Amino acid sequence: MSEITKKLVVSASPHFRAKDTTTKIMLDVIIAMIPALVAAVILFGVRSLVLTVVSVISCVVFEYLSRKVMKRHNTIGDLSAVVTGMLLAFNLPSTMPVWMVIIGAFVAIVIAKQFFGGIGNNFVNPALIGRIVLMASYPTQIGNFEAPFAYKTVDAVTTATPLAQMTGVYSAENLGTAIDNANLPSLLDMFFGVKGGCLGEVCILALLIGFVYLVIRKVISPVIPLVYMGTVAVAMLIAGKGNFEFVAYQLMAGGLVLGAVFMATDYTTSPVSFKGKIIYAIGCGLLTSLIRIFGSLPEGVSFSIIIMNILVPHIEHLTTARPFGEVKEKKNKKEEVK
Amino acid sequence: MKPLKIKVEGLLKAVKKGRGGVDIAHRKNTAGMRVIRIPTPPFVVISMTQGIGAPCTPTVKVGDYVKLGQLIGDSDAYISAPIYASVSGTVTEIKDVKLSTGVVSKAVVIESDGLMTPDEFTPPVVTDAKSLVDAVRKSGLVGLGGAGFPAHVKLNLPQEAKIDTLIINAAECEPYITVDYRECVENSVNIMRGVNAVSKYLHIDNVIIAVEDNKPIALQILKEIADSATEGEKVKVMALKSRYPQGAEKMIIQSATGRKMPPGKLPSDVGCVVMNVASIAFVGRYVATGKPLVSRSMTIDGSAIKTPKNVRVPIGTMMDYIVDYCGGFTEEPEKIVCGGPMMGAAITNINYPVLKGNNALLAFKKGDLSIKKETDCIRCGRCAAACPLNLVPTNIEKFTKIGDIEKLKHSGAMVCMECGSCAYSCPAGKPLVQHMRLAKATIREKEAKK
Repeated sequence: MSEITKKLVVSASPHFRAKDTTTKIMLDVIIAMIPALVAAVILFGVRSLVLTVVSVISCVVFEYLSRKVMKRHNTIGDLSAVVTGMLLAFNLPSTMPVWMVIIGAFVAIVIAKQFFGGIGNNFVNPALIGRIVLMASYPTQIGNFEAPFAYKTVDAVTTATPLAQMTGVYSAENLGTAIDNANLPSLLDMFFGVKGGCLGEVCILALLIGFVYLVIRKVISPVIPLVYMGTVAVAMLIAGKGNFEFVAYQLMAGGLVLGAVFMATDYTTSPVSFKGKIIYAIGCGLLTSLIRIFGSLPEGVSFSIIIMNILVPHIEHLTTARPFGEVKEKKNKKEEVK
Repeated sequence: MKPLKIKVEGLLKAVKKGRGGVDIAHRKNTAGMRVIRIPTPPFVVISMTQGIGAPCTPTVKVGDYVKLGQLIGDSDAYISAPIYASVSGTVTEIKDVKLSTGVVSKAVVIESDGLMTPDEFTPPVVTDAKSLVDAVRKSGLVGLGGAGFPAHVKLNLPQEAKIDTLIINAAECEPYITVDYRECVENSVNIMRGVNAVSKYLHIDNVIIAVEDNKPIALQILKEIADSATEGEKVKVMALKSRYPQGAEKMIIQSATGRKMPPGKLPSDVGCVVMNVASIAFVGRYVATGKPLVSRSMTIDGSAIKTPKNVRVPIGTMMDYIVDYCGGFTEEPEKIVCGGPMMGAAITNINYPVLKGNNALLAFKKGDLSIKKETDCIRCGRCAAACPLNLVPTNIEKFTKIGDIEKLKHSGAMVCMECGSCAYSCPAGKPLVQHMRLAKATIREKEAKK
């Protein structure tokens, strides 16, 4: 009746596991990015979809090939390459030539990710490195922003991004008039994405939907995005001498929301501890604000995240919590002196 | 500065996720089932090693006739508890057997005469702390919650220790297991007897009976009896949030008293004594009757068991006999676990004798347990968020791999209680508990070399 004829499975406890897997987490991130992709297609036409698909396919192919060449097990099934591909496309303008996207994908997957050991081992965000290399190599093309709905007209219309329009505002005597003179889109247009910019960064509404989805699914903790955007808001409030309109434009312009929600929260390149996350997000926010206000570039989200990525091991080292109940060493010393 | 700091800390607490741990399915299928005494087994194999502590030496010879409750093994060592015959009958063999824990130990085999003729029992004379500790040692009690640590050692408090709280652990946070719950429902009188004896003779002023809030009936029964059977406000019945591993010693002390037990310290260092609810009920019964520990309750459950049950079994009953009593297997199991699914040990076979510490036997069908394929760590931090002791398991795994002993020591790996919360929540399917054990072994090895 209770005979055992086959060998039993013997493994270390626990014998229950949560159902989440890396693939499921990545799938959630992809789902969260779909609203922004839909918005991009509406705003910039089918070309944005083409660029995204090209970027995703090349990322997956590069991941497959590089694992094969390095004789490591195949990891395309975890979907992380798809996420990188989507993020890379989201960080490029809709006018970007297709072959440049493929170069970006190569840099992201092969150089930034697989050279360092693949998923979980890259020290910087692959998609951002892809963007930065493209930015350094082809500054003209990456700065060529098509106006929203331009695909509906015969002639291609290019436009400046709100951040580029605002470069003069920071040093202006009267901020209010400077903003009025800058000929910016209305705040409502900023929110819905009717402005020049990269594919995935323009529609704030779509990005926020993705953010809420990720938080509800417990894929990301809201700490990094909120602290990041909060720091930028505070810095800009100071820089703008209390002008809230300026702060609103700053928060919705450029890649801040995309970066804060989808790139600064990348597991591999952000701190694990709660305190570490706060320090990291404040750093991202300060750097972004400094580059925007004082730098020669209009936008600084990608550089600030990359710089903070590099600092993550040090932040981790300084913020690792002490084991339960352990008394801080410093306190002990004080007591001994007494 | 101070008020600001408090405010910031409060805010951080609000954003931060509690104290770690995981929410797991309770699966307390047997909660409504009374503990049934199984028919006397034809023979029992009573191991001379019953858990933590020195093994006993048999005090009987092959051919001896023993009565139920007669002494069959004892040791001079301090950390050890005597062993009693769990059936009446004839000693047929004294041999080395392999236990479910993998340990090989001497064991006394008794062929039952089916009569369960009891030895004569006299209630112990307990007048002070020392006589209570002596009585508990004589009873053969070890912690019935799972670890099997001799109870008298726990109760033999150091002179200088100031103990103000006795915590009765009835959290039972492991899925499936319901024997502690049944103890609260069926045996509350003995729980109170035990609580009164221990708190009286050890001079402990406060008693907290801690139960997870998913057991409202147990809470109600305990509250009623605590109000009627004890004087004043001494005994408090406390409902704890159902969150694994609420029943771990450090966690239950914190939940019940707010005190944090530092690494390497004992509950007595923070003024507490923690006892499992089944253990305290046994103490209650022992001071009243003098009948030593010869049987225990077990939950027999899992998808491969035909009729899951709560059973009372003589110590040393073979596990296959118990499974037979529960209708056998529905199909051949893929995994059999001794204890709960989070901390229990997978066993290689079913031909093992029951030890004093075994609280459950779970058998699972093929495909019932999600065995994940191991992939690379993505540093999602879920292990760290789940760790109730603030460790970062993924870092500890890495330090062990690269052999960085300094960082490993600093990481607090030795603090780990192997509750399994990290491995449970890992999306990469890493066997983190195994890695933590390896980390501890690595540290111990390096320490020994010094």
